[in-house]
Amino acid sequence: MIEIKNISKAFNGRVVLDDISGVFKKGETSLVIGASGTGKSVLLKCMLDLVQPEKGKVLYDNREFLNQKEEDKKDIRREMGVLFQGGALFDSQTVHQNIQFPLDMLTNMPESEKKDRVEFCLQRVGLEGTGKRMPSEISGGMKKRVGIARAIVMNPKYLFCDEPNSGLDPLTSIKIDELIKEITDEYKITTVIITHDMNSVLSIGDYIMFLYKGKKVWEGDSQTILSSDIKELDEFVFSNHALKKLRG
Amino acid sequence: MFSIIGKFFIFIGSLFIRRESSRVYWKRFIDECVSIGIGSVNIISIVALFIGAVVCVQTYANLVSPIIPKYIVSNIVRDMTLLELSSTFMCVVLAGKVGSNIAGELGTMRITEQIDALEVMGINSASYLVLPKVLAAIFTFPLLAILSGFLGIMGGYLAGTLSGILTPEQYIYGIRFSFIPFNVTIAIIKSIVFGFLIATISAYKGFNTKGGALEVGQASTAAVTNSCIAVLIADYLLAELLT
Ligand SMILES: Nc1ncnc2c1ncn2[C@@H]1O[C@H](COP(=O)(O)OP(=O)(O)OP(=O)(O)O)[C@@H](O)[C@H]1O
Ligand SMILES: [Mg+2]
Repeated sequence: MIEIKNISKAFNGRVVLDDISGVFKKGETSLVIGASGTGKSVLLKCMLDLVQPEKGKVLYDNREFLNQKEEDKKDIRREMGVLFQGGALFDSQTVHQNIQFPLDMLTNMPESEKKDRVEFCLQRVGLEGTGKRMPSEISGGMKKRVGIARAIVMNPKYLFCDEPNSGLDPLTSIKIDELIKEITDEYKITTVIITHDMNSVLSIGDYIMFLYKGKKVWEGDSQTILSSDIKELDEFVFSNHALKKLRG
Repeated sequence: MFSIIGKFFIFIGSLFIRRESSRVYWKRFIDECVSIGIGSVNIISIVALFIGAVVCVQTYANLVSPIIPKYIVSNIVRDMTLLELSSTFMCVVLAGKVGSNIAGELGTMRITEQIDALEVMGINSASYLVLPKVLAAIFTFPLLAILSGFLGIMGGYLAGTLSGILTPEQYIYGIRFSFIPFNVTIAIIKSIVFGFLIATISAYKGFNTKGGALEVGQASTAAVTNSCIAVLIADYLLAELLT
């Protein structure tokens, strides 16, 4: 479980996040949604301590994360897996080396065991046999999947994905959503996903937080989102033509 | 200005805190030595050979007086090469090659969130990425300086003897004439200092890139120009200190 409490962040006096609180539960896929530029990525970066908020707390299973000693932070960081928006694979390393990297840096596992673990993760994301390729030689969707494989290689308790399916075709998007959902259920991970994609919202949203201009204006789940009476959320949800028609 | 220098020193300090295991650094260090050191041998060799040759020919052309013995030509080639060309000039060339390479690589890693990816794993990205580069520069630059000094003198020898300016015996006599071994030490000290400056300044510029591909290009340019200026200022200070 991850709790965020009263997170506020401004860049050069311009408020980007205004007093955001919420709870992301274990074994659920929680989504943070909102229009472009509303501060979703900044919120994620605050939770990861890549950006320091002016105010607020982040608790990982009741353990305070921000403003702690580096050693304590490192303990929690070992339990995190992060998929960045562009995959953030290391260009100079092969797919296999990329996925093995956290094991090399953070564990004392013997080589053969590492190799097995990497093969397992590759197979888990449906990319067996691509381990020898370089990141520049694989497609965008494959990069995302390699990014997921790297994020789960350490058996994380917390998984974060920044727009896991932006820029992908609908079929691949659905596959990636299902993959994340499956992994979350299987290993009882606390998963936080940032997305614009209404498809994902409706299919995997166990908990949904809607941000509008830096404020949390609504929270709920994929059942209640279609019947909310909040104007901003309505605009966001029904900007999708198919859904608009459905509503009539 | 002062705040930038302050941030630069904080950056250098951050390279030494929260380090990873030495096994990790050793591998990165060897990789960087290959890319910084071996990767620069070609350009350094070509530059050194030709500069040595040009100094030889130009010195001769400007020393027309019959009272000055010919071996003075190679004597001047030697001192110029050791004191300035094999260290300062070589490092200005390397600032272009190594500096832009370091800044470009780190800048790209920054904007594609690869540095963030390292940070969330709990790795001190500055130390992991930059320290091996700095150590590799400090280790390989003196070796390159020695190579460049040798090839500079060789270049002068080839140009001088092949064009009949002076005989091989005269050239070698001039090389040995009133030789001060400490000049070699100066060249090595200088190349170590310049290597440190180029690697840290370029890494600082690349590491703190914000924005997109355009800013990576700007960071590379800034890395090269700032490194060159730092090298030349340090050259002056070292000249005052060491001679
Ligand atoms: N490092 C920064 N410095 C200054 N402003 C920033 C910085 N990072 C983000 N911002 C600003 O914060 C706002 C929110 O950005 P953020 O990246 O969180 O948007 P987002 O909701 O993730 O949008 P998208 O869906 O397009 O990714 C933007 O207006 C952006 O300009
Ligand atoms: Mg974003």
